[in-house]
Amino acid sequence: MKKILTFPLTTEQIKDLKIGDTVYYTGLLFTARDSGHKRIIESGLPDGVSLTGGAIYHAGPIVAKDENGKEYVVSAGPTTSKRMETLEADVIEKTGVKLIIGKGGMEQRTAAACKTFGAVHCAFPGGCAVVAAQQIEKIIDSKWLNLGMPEALWVLKVKEFGPLVVSIDTKGNNLFENNRKLFDERLERLIG
Amino acid sequence: MLSEKIIMLSDIIAEFIKTVSINLSDDIDRRLRDIADSESNPTAKKMYSCILDDLELSRKLNRPICQDTGVLQFFVEIGTDCPFIKDIERVITIAAEKATEKTPLRPNIVDPLGEMNTGNNTGYNTPYIEYKIIPDSSDLIIKVYLSGGGCALPGRSRVLMPLEGKKGIKKFVYETIAEWGVNACPPLFVGIGIGACAVTAANLSKKALLRPVDSENDDKETADFEKEIEDGLNSLGIAPLGFGGDKTVLGVNIETAGRHPATLGVGISTGCWATRKGEIVIKDDLSFEIPSHKRLKEETK
Repeated sequence: MKKILTFPLTTEQIKDLKIGDTVYYTGLLFTARDSGHKRIIESGLPDGVSLTGGAIYHAGPIVAKDENGKEYVVSAGPTTSKRMETLEADVIEKTGVKLIIGKGGMEQRTAAACKTFGAVHCAFPGGCAVVAAQQIEKIIDSKWLNLGMPEALWVLKVKEFGPLVVSIDTKGNNLFENNRKLFDERLERLIG
Repeated sequence: MLSEKIIMLSDIIAEFIKTVSINLSDDIDRRLRDIADSESNPTAKKMYSCILDDLELSRKLNRPICQDTGVLQFFVEIGTDCPFIKDIERVITIAAEKATEKTPLRPNIVDPLGEMNTGNNTGYNTPYIEYKIIPDSSDLIIKVYLSGGGCALPGRSRVLMPLEGKKGIKKFVYETIAEWGVNACPPLFVGIGIGACAVTAANLSKKALLRPVDSENDDKETADFEKEIEDGLNSLGIAPLGFGGDKTVLGVNIETAGRHPATLGVGISTGCWATRKGEIVIKDDLSFEIPSHKRLKEETK
C-alpha cells in the first residue's frame, strides 16, 4: 500500500520514516534551486508564500502555455540536491519546511538540521521528468521569474508525488552517505 | 533575408532536436532496457521501472524525457559542395531557438558570470558548433548532443605523467565516477579521451559519447581497455541513481589521438541514463534520414 504524506506536514507525520522507505506526497510543493535558496536566506520568502509544513522541490521545470493560455508543467524532474547543501539547514530553520525533495542525497549540515527541526530529505528518481509532471495538478503561483524559468520559485499542487525514497530521516540517518562509504570501500579494492 | 530553402532546413533541424529530446537513440534505448531487465536489487528495480515509465510517458505525450534539455551542442560534418555551407551557423542557431519554443526545451543558457537567462538557448557563443569538412560531398551531417547539467558535473580533463600509464588512467576514471557519479543520473555512459593535452583529451572524450554505446574502438588494445574500465566501474555498483545496484554504466567508449612522448592527456565526459544524442543526414535536396533513431521510422510504418 502506498504511504502518502499530506500537506500541511507535521513532525508527527514524518518522525517514524526511515531511510530507504518509499513515500508519496500530496499538497503544496515549492520549487527552489541555487538562486532561490540564496534569495530565501538573503531577503526572505516573497510576500504571500509560506513554507511552514510544506515541501521544497529542488527542480527547474519546463513550463508552457496550453491553447487557452494557461500555464502547465511539461517536464519537471529533480536537480542535484547537494548543490543546496550550504544553505539548506538555514532554510529548514528559517521557514519551517518539513520535506525536502531532490536528486541524490545531502550532507551533514542538512542531516543535523533534519534531526533538530524534524524534517526529512527524499530523493525522486532523477530524469523521470514526465512522470513527475503528470503528478502536478496545477501551477498555483510563480515568483522570482526574473531569475529565468529554471531558477524561479514555482508553487505547485501535487497529488501522490513520487516515488520518494527517504534519504535523510528525522534521526539524522543518511542513506546516500551510507552508500558513499560502500562505494568508497569498493573503490579501494579496485585501485588498492 | 533567408531563402525558403534555408527556412525549411532550419525547420528540419528544429524538428530533429525535438525528436532527440523526446526519444533516446536506438543504442542507448536498447542498452538501458537490457540493464533494467537484468537488475536484481529490489530498490534498483523500482527505480528502473520509474525510468521505463518515464520513457513511455514522454513518447505518448510528446514531451522531453528530462526537464533538463541541456546545452545544445552540434558536431557538423559538411560537404564542400553543400549548398547550405555559407548559412550553416545561422541556420543551426535559428533551429535551436525554434526547437526551444516549439518542443518546448528548457531555456538553459545564462550569462557566464552572472545569472540572467537569455531565454532561448542561444547567446554568449552558443549553441556550441564544431565543424569538419568533407571534400567533394554535398551532404550535411549533424550530430546533436543535449548536454545536461547534472551529467556534465563529473567532466574533467588532466594531463598525467606518461609513466602513470593505463593504471593512472583507470585510477583517474574510477575516482571521478565514485565521487561524482551518483548525482549524474547513472547508469552513465562514460566517454574517455586520450591525447596530447587537456584540450584534445576533453574533446575526444565527448566524441567518444557520439559513437554508439554498443560499438567498440577499432583498435583491439583500446577496445579491450574499454571493456576493462567498464567492468571496473560496474564493480562499484552505483546505478541506478546512486541507490546501488548491479551496474554503474551503460558503457565505456574511448577515443584516442597521438600524444606527446612527455604527456598523457586524459579527458572524461559522462552522459546520464537519458543520454540524448542523434545524427541526421541531410541531402542537398533537403531529403534526410536520422540513422540514430531508426526504430521510430519502423514504428510509424
